[in-house]
Amino acid sequence: MWNYTEKVMDHFLNPRNVGDIEKPDGEATVGNISCGDALKLSFKLDSNGKIAEVKFKTFGCGSAIASSSILTEMVKGKTLEDAEKITNKDIVDALGGLPEEKIHCSVMGMEALQAAIANYRGVEYVQDEDDHHGRVVCHCFGVTDSKIRKLAKDNNIKSVEGITNYCKAGGACGRCKNDIKEILDGIWKSEVNSEKSDSSSSMTFTQKVIKIQSVIDGEIRPMLERDGGNIEFIDLKGDIVVVKLKGRCAMCPSASVTLRNSVEGKLKEIVSPDLKVEELK
Amino acid sequence: MNNKIVYVDNNATTAVDPEVFEAMKPFLTQFYGNPSSIHYFGGQVAAHIAKGREQIASLLGAEPSEITFTSCGTESDSSAILSALNTCPTRRKIVTSKVEHPAVLNLCKQLRNKGYIVSEAPVDKLGRIDLNIIKELIDTDTALVSIMWANNETGNIYPVEKIAEIAHEKGAIFHTDAVQSVGKIPINLKNTQIDLLSISGHKLHAPKGIGILYVKKGMRFYPFMIGGHQENGRRAGTENVASIVAIGKAAELAGKHMAFENSEVKELRDYLESQILKKVKNSRVNGDIENRVPNTTNIAFDMIEGEAILLLLDKAGICASSGSACTTGSLEPSHVLRAMGVPYTSAHGSLRLSLSRYNTKEEMDYIIETLIPIIAKLRAISPYWKE
Repeated sequence: MWNYTEKVMDHFLNPRNVGDIEKPDGEATVGNISCGDALKLSFKLDSNGKIAEVKFKTFGCGSAIASSSILTEMVKGKTLEDAEKITNKDIVDALGGLPEEKIHCSVMGMEALQAAIANYRGVEYVQDEDDHHGRVVCHCFGVTDSKIRKLAKDNNIKSVEGITNYCKAGGACGRCKNDIKEILDGIWKSEVNSEKSDSSSSMTFTQKVIKIQSVIDGEIRPMLERDGGNIEFIDLKGDIVVVKLKGRCAMCPSASVTLRNSVEGKLKEIVSPDLKVEELK
Repeated sequence: MNNKIVYVDNNATTAVDPEVFEAMKPFLTQFYGNPSSIHYFGGQVAAHIAKGREQIASLLGAEPSEITFTSCGTESDSSAILSALNTCPTRRKIVTSKVEHPAVLNLCKQLRNKGYIVSEAPVDKLGRIDLNIIKELIDTDTALVSIMWANNETGNIYPVEKIAEIAHEKGAIFHTDAVQSVGKIPINLKNTQIDLLSISGHKLHAPKGIGILYVKKGMRFYPFMIGGHQENGRRAGTENVASIVAIGKAAELAGKHMAFENSEVKELRDYLESQILKKVKNSRVNGDIENRVPNTTNIAFDMIEGEAILLLLDKAGICASSGSACTTGSLEPSHVLRAMGVPYTSAHGSLRLSLSRYNTKEEMDYIIETLIPIIAKLRAISPYWKE
């Protein structure tokens, strides 16, 4: 049983501002039904550019409905500039707290608000500026590495469970947990000391080969196998990693993109930023 | 009825029957001796353990010597599975199903890490297991087949007697988790080839903390709990006398109420289910309607989420459960509903109502009249619901 605060129960039992707005100034839906929660938020501005009317519809559990409801109260009367400053933490605080496992409900609120504001401005909603370079880490919930990095930095999250509580990544099949851990290690270790590149250049040739092989076996191959592909590590010439793409990857027209983004990106991130990848045809 | 609790979560746990409580009470107060003691004060208790064993055996159509008392259903499952593997050390395969209870599934997962090859038989849309698939999965390297008798979420009954025969054809041992079927449907183990069977007391109107493991006569058995000589060396640890007396009495009562369970309780369940299906559109039953235990219904409601339903029911004093992800803190809906391929649009919004002989028609009407506006309210909030 969840230990919901009175505030959460109040907003769940008596949700405020439920519904749709007929001709909204801004509107967005985030989440989806297979993930277990979704929120549609719409608003109308008054002549001073302040939010005059705001409505929501939520598919989800008690805390998802409560987070959406309280968010509508928080943004009413605010300018968009003020509204977009609201973070998921503000939503949690306004509710008097949420169970750790339910923090993602407040994140959904924040995202819906930002997406609705982006919709008003006529721009595409992106979670942060480099999101289109983002690589999908959690395939169950479609969470990218850039989103994980942003959440980790904004909320000082250091554990994989923390990430799961905030954005669900790693919470279903669990295959990406190692991946998330490495992303977190990357953030927090590089903050303590930026010796990462030093350590890679101080690796011996054999150490480097072993490390590359383990990254290919443990990280890259499972990723490619999900799409019916495969990869073989052939040689290391200086900083050039020679690989052979197999299975579906070998025939794939976007293989060079895969090679650049996924394979090279991963090796640069974990082994050494100097590495380059070449395909043996 | 506002201050009253309407309890329809009997697959989670049941109320201790007052007769059961009366039977066990003296063994917590007056007769607290250790049955292994040499003095009469302790020793006299042993006769009551023997009686409990007979009562269980009689409900199962087994012999008292085939009954071992454990602490819970999970201990029975673990004991059975590990003993079976010890019995056939050269065989490396385990066959189970995708819809087992975590007590079996998670142990098998761990055994997989230890080198066992575990196959989980799939189920169809109604949650049924295809015997031909079971036949294909079992071979002469299979040490153990473990398939539940009835499923806790849907109530589906599995053809365990037939599966036991298939397992024996290949020399494999057969175990069944019968936690959800004992007391709900008649069982006569004498006529079956089932080797090992697990029961939990608290699903049967006995208290929590007592379980049963049935071990067919002639089966070799390797104990899970090691220590004293209790339970004929099969389960060390001082006997939980009061609870053994309780589960014995509960078994006797289950036998007595068996016909009621399969007539009155079943009728109540069917009434509740048909009224909900009739009055709530886009709702359907998860499971095999033709082949279920009489007390369970699992209903999916499109486009809403189960935890929200439960919270609102709870406000009205109704205790039920759901296969929704959010109720457990996990992020995926129940493994049983997913194995059945229940679409996400309704898997998150499933509701399990499990009755007992204490429920009344009046309560069913109260549930129906409470549930209908709850579903309507949540659908009005849902962005996916279109009238």
